[in-house]
Amino acid sequence: MKARIIERRQLCPEIYLYKIEAPHVAERFRPGQFVIIQTHEKGERIPLTVAEAQPEKGIISLVFQVVGKSTLHLSLLQKGQYLENCVGPLGNPSEIRRFGRVVCVGGGTGIACLWPILKALKAVGNEVLTIIGARTAERLILVEEIRQASSQVFITTDDGSQGEKGLVTDVLARWINSPAGASSPAIDRVIAIGPAPMMKKVAEVTRPQRIKTIVSLNTIMVDGTGMCGSCRVFLGQTMKLACIDGPEFDAHRVNFDDVISRLEMFRQKEKLALETYRRQLAAQREGLAPKELHPKRLSSD
Amino acid sequence: MIKIGGRRVPMRELSPEERIKNFSSVPLGYTEAEAVREAQRCLQCRGVPCEVYCPIHLRVLDMIRAIAARRFQEAFFIIQADNPLPAITGRVCPQESQCEGVCPLAQDGRGLNIGKLEAFVADWARARGLREKLQIKERPQRVAVIGSGPAGLICAYDLRRWGYQVVVFEALHKAGGVLQYGIPAFRLPTEVVDYEISYLQEIGVEFRLNFFVGQNIPFAELRRDFAAIFIGTGAGAPLFLGIEGENLKGVYSANEFLIRVNLMKAYRFLEYDTPIICGRRVGVIGAGNVAMDAARCARRLGAEEVYILYRRTRKESPARDEEIQHALEEGIIWMELVAPRRFLGDEKGWCRGVELVRMRLGEPDSSGRPRPLPIEGSEFVLELETVIEALGTTPNRLFLKQAPELAVNRWGLIQVDDNLQTNLPGVFAGGDAIRGNATVILALGDGRKAAAAIHRQLSEAER
Repeated sequence: MKARIIERRQLCPEIYLYKIEAPHVAERFRPGQFVIIQTHEKGERIPLTVAEAQPEKGIISLVFQVVGKSTLHLSLLQKGQYLENCVGPLGNPSEIRRFGRVVCVGGGTGIACLWPILKALKAVGNEVLTIIGARTAERLILVEEIRQASSQVFITTDDGSQGEKGLVTDVLARWINSPAGASSPAIDRVIAIGPAPMMKKVAEVTRPQRIKTIVSLNTIMVDGTGMCGSCRVFLGQTMKLACIDGPEFDAHRVNFDDVISRLEMFRQKEKLALETYRRQLAAQREGLAPKELHPKRLSSD
Repeated sequence: MIKIGGRRVPMRELSPEERIKNFSSVPLGYTEAEAVREAQRCLQCRGVPCEVYCPIHLRVLDMIRAIAARRFQEAFFIIQADNPLPAITGRVCPQESQCEGVCPLAQDGRGLNIGKLEAFVADWARARGLREKLQIKERPQRVAVIGSGPAGLICAYDLRRWGYQVVVFEALHKAGGVLQYGIPAFRLPTEVVDYEISYLQEIGVEFRLNFFVGQNIPFAELRRDFAAIFIGTGAGAPLFLGIEGENLKGVYSANEFLIRVNLMKAYRFLEYDTPIICGRRVGVIGAGNVAMDAARCARRLGAEEVYILYRRTRKESPARDEEIQHALEEGIIWMELVAPRRFLGDEKGWCRGVELVRMRLGEPDSSGRPRPLPIEGSEFVLELETVIEALGTTPNRLFLKQAPELAVNRWGLIQVDDNLQTNLPGVFAGGDAIRGNATVILALGDGRKAAAAIHRQLSEAER
């Protein structure tokens, strides 16, 4: 089913928000779920974050960062153009209950994934304290949206260009480790979504105090329906599939080293595809190549 | 006088050296003259064992007779009237244990080459764009088919012929199920699958791709919207060994390996975007048809040494003889009576080998095959960069989770009665979803039987 892009927004240099027409997804989406898309007929199937669903309009918002050929191609599509395929919602929804005080930690496009979750958590009466971070102020996304949806927001940047200088986990560690008092809220639950190393660090920070911590894993997937097993993760000795058992898991049981290692499996090939595509785009821009140039020929010259 | 029987007209094939460079079809198909010669060998027996032993009882005899008389178009219409997918079944059915196995010409279990003749007429018709124009008498009832594999396709075809409004739901972006993601192009070319499916579209079967029943529509709602439902969701979830090292990079399920190669066309990487990494030395765990497919794909992706690692012996292998033969011709190394203990990796998390233990055969187990027993102390290491686990598959947990009212047995197989009806009235199931790992033709048989049962139920309700 093709999905038309009806709005295209660049959130920061490498991250985009696309509103697309996908009524069958919008109607059933619940916070924490994702979609798998294919930008063109010969494209990869890649899982993407859904930041928002508007079932009455049949629209979902996808947020993605340009990291490889597929996301670069997606970023070049314009309003009115179509994604070749979009399937979802996939994965299990987040557990939304009244936990009390919930800390939400977000980094990168994980912030977009967190957004609907924290809206839902706040709506059922939780106090939602959010910590979001990025390398620089310029790379922070959805700050206003997150601010509106949270009880309180803390921002960190690596270079101190906005909020506190440091990492999201520094703030979290300070809250958890400082003696009880007004400045150190008792935390009932932590939800962390972002790059795998960030989620690993969050798990380490909350583990000593045994604060229930949930992470949403962004593993490699192909079908996203439990068929290929490429998204397998290990919780102790138990194998789980991120696509149908997750994507959310108990952070204290996840073997993050495996998650991080397996994310690198196709890196070399991904790099090759990206470089080839960039060369192809450059050739097109200079008018040196026909539109549908065969990439294999390019890579050999 | 024509000598009765005689020898099979040999099927010309790509040479093994040629084959391992590409994913083109290995059998080259009969020419018209060859097909006629092969068809003329038929004894025209009265008991037609070939038809009796066909799970969907195709009119083999009439087809053969028409081919022998060079009436290819007639042969095609005879076969297509009963089988919407002749180009597929002709290629992937285990004929040696069905029609060809019971042929009186069969001295060695290989009688008249019925499979290749069926493929021949289908290919002959495809080359000419020949298709039967159906006169369909429309009925108002809507029937949902979940899953577009072989069971679902034939069920949809039969119901549509009888005039029902049929919608096929498919979670992937292409219809065909295992025909599309599982069976490699050198056994079943993708354009053949696409062409056969396009016939169903042409006669008015609606396909809803990228649609997961349960995720996109509650199962209960689907039951309200449709007069009957056929579940052909297959057995698409891979089994894993559960041993140390399965987290390593370079370890795949056969499903992942084949999905990347077949559905996503990773063997044409850079033209297609999906990558695959296949090392120089590859080990395939298991010795069924899927294992052979994976091993042969690995060879075509450039692997120099590809091992089949099997805990029993060739005699117990569930793979078709033809598949094993083709694999061996392509240089695949058969290593039997070994079982993996653990996978070994390097400091960067890449697979570097497998520790195997030698096995011996003991008393027969519940499957009737001798139980493999480890010989303690016989462990050794085989260096490998890629491991593909082909241990079989189970039904999709996600679908079953979304339809908890469906009765399943302890293996997750949907339970059905003699008419293939589940515990829910009006809901039928067939194929691998009720059988586990079976064959395309058995799935077709189920889909056909369920379609007939649905037709009976709905037409009775009408009266």
